[in-house]
Amino acid sequence: MSNQQGIGEVRPERARFDAPLPLASGGTLPGFELVYETYGKLDAAGSNAILICHALSGHHHVAGHYADEPGNVGWWDNMIGPGKPIDTDRFFVVGVNNLGGCHGSTGPASINPATGKAWGADFPVVTVPDWVNAQARLADHLGIAQWAATVGGSLGGMQAMQWTMQFPERVRHALVIAAAPNLTAENIAFNEVARQAILTDAEYQAGRRPVTGLRLARMLGHITYLSDDQMAEKFGRKRRADAGRYGFGVEFEVESYLNYQGDKFAEWFDADTYLRMTKALDYFDPAGECGGNLQAALARARAKFLVVSFSTDWRFSPGRSREIVDALVHNGQDVAYAEIKSVHGHDSFLMQDAHYHAIMRAYLDGVSP
Amino acid sequence: MTDFALTRPDFDVIAGWVQPGERVLDLGCGDGSLLRRLIETRGVLGWGVEIDDAKVLAAISNGINVIQGDLEGGLKDFEDGAFQHVILSQTLQAMRHTEDIVNEMLRVGREAVVSFPNFGYWKHRQAILNGRMPVSESLPHQWYDSPNLRFFTIADFDAFCAERGIVVRERKVFDEGREIAEEHNFLGSTAVYRLGRAR
Repeated sequence: MSNQQGIGEVRPERARFDAPLPLASGGTLPGFELVYETYGKLDAAGSNAILICHALSGHHHVAGHYADEPGNVGWWDNMIGPGKPIDTDRFFVVGVNNLGGCHGSTGPASINPATGKAWGADFPVVTVPDWVNAQARLADHLGIAQWAATVGGSLGGMQAMQWTMQFPERVRHALVIAAAPNLTAENIAFNEVARQAILTDAEYQAGRRPVTGLRLARMLGHITYLSDDQMAEKFGRKRRADAGRYGFGVEFEVESYLNYQGDKFAEWFDADTYLRMTKALDYFDPAGECGGNLQAALARARAKFLVVSFSTDWRFSPGRSREIVDALVHNGQDVAYAEIKSVHGHDSFLMQDAHYHAIMRAYLDGVSP
Repeated sequence: MTDFALTRPDFDVIAGWVQPGERVLDLGCGDGSLLRRLIETRGVLGWGVEIDDAKVLAAISNGINVIQGDLEGGLKDFEDGAFQHVILSQTLQAMRHTEDIVNEMLRVGREAVVSFPNFGYWKHRQAILNGRMPVSESLPHQWYDSPNLRFFTIADFDAFCAERGIVVRERKVFDEGREIAEEHNFLGSTAVYRLGRAR
């Protein structure tokens, strides 16, 4: 095992695709750009590539840091690097910002060529299959005919799974983490409250940045990504020493934490991106195209699967991962499934956990580059 | 772990009972040694169920289709008749829901393969006669640290099957790695059964 320190300095790159991209919504995107990063070396056969798909607020900066921003470390740096579970000494790892994102790929902040102005709220609603089509163009661009693996957590896990059904011949393994075959009504309901926080913000309606709405959306989302146990342990009923009583200021520690998370998020995240990411989650339903039959949807896949869930994840519960596993077993497909004991709720997939990382490493050891 | 597992005599018997291309489910598959052997030597399609974190990790390292789960909850996630053979190797004696798991095995599998240590083995009887709980190769634990919950003999298991209309299609009994031809319940330390439902 080589250097555990990490991958070091990385640089984002940009690819331009001029052919129009037909979208699930019926619309078409007239050409687009994707910003991405790569780590490690693509082998001569182009067969050692791993695609990292990001979740709701993620992006292409998956590992390492920028030369001019040493503190800006990739969101999955604990998982990816030399000697890490996703080992960049063996694999060529690709991180990409999805269409509709707010980190450099074509999205609401990009210029709509038809108007010469930023798309803003007019940017089309994009879906997981749309993203996979766009990612496939990037794979072509990079000379990757077939991914050794597609990997992702949460909404990223949905993309990793979608790849196996949309381009069965282009994926050998899919690592589907803290994901689900579709969202439950409760899950869509959380997303709708978050969207309403943005859509009903007068600033948004006036075409300005809906800071209040974004804050609320993030605060709500954040609650659902944690577990009750973890919040009890981290905050309990602790109060701030300087807090007043019998008012509506920030008093309990958990309030302080959520407000901080909301503020931080509202500073940088794009509201139109948030709306689209949650819609992509809501629409994801591969079984829907097969009369609700997930087995039939997954039967197209040629990949082998690792499915991972976390015991305290109530937003994407282990039972939902089991549905994926059971459909694969029914079809006679190869799948391993681990349910990791973790206190961190849905966010567990981002955490450094020895057993979780050992499972990822063990599975990927069996993936030939 | 692997060495112990591969020397278990029931492995050879089970390998002889499965056919190439069959779907096999191994309950309590451990590090996947049995499945690996069945896949490599018999060409079966195999899946395993295991609850223990370390064993799940070991099975994934072995390239096994291991599914982490608790057998005590039954096999509700698996469909009727999904497998040709469902195996429970040296685990039945450590389960609380004995009857449920046997029924579940015969629901999701066409045949069930069950192996267990025979409490009626002559050395075990001798230990009891001498006033001590047996400790042997097939029952390697002390009474206070045993994972085993059910202590039963070959005769007990035969009666259990008969009372429930479960057909014993084949039974092989071993001691110290050698097959026992007669007086199974007295001379055998380990038994392997092939079970089915009346057609």
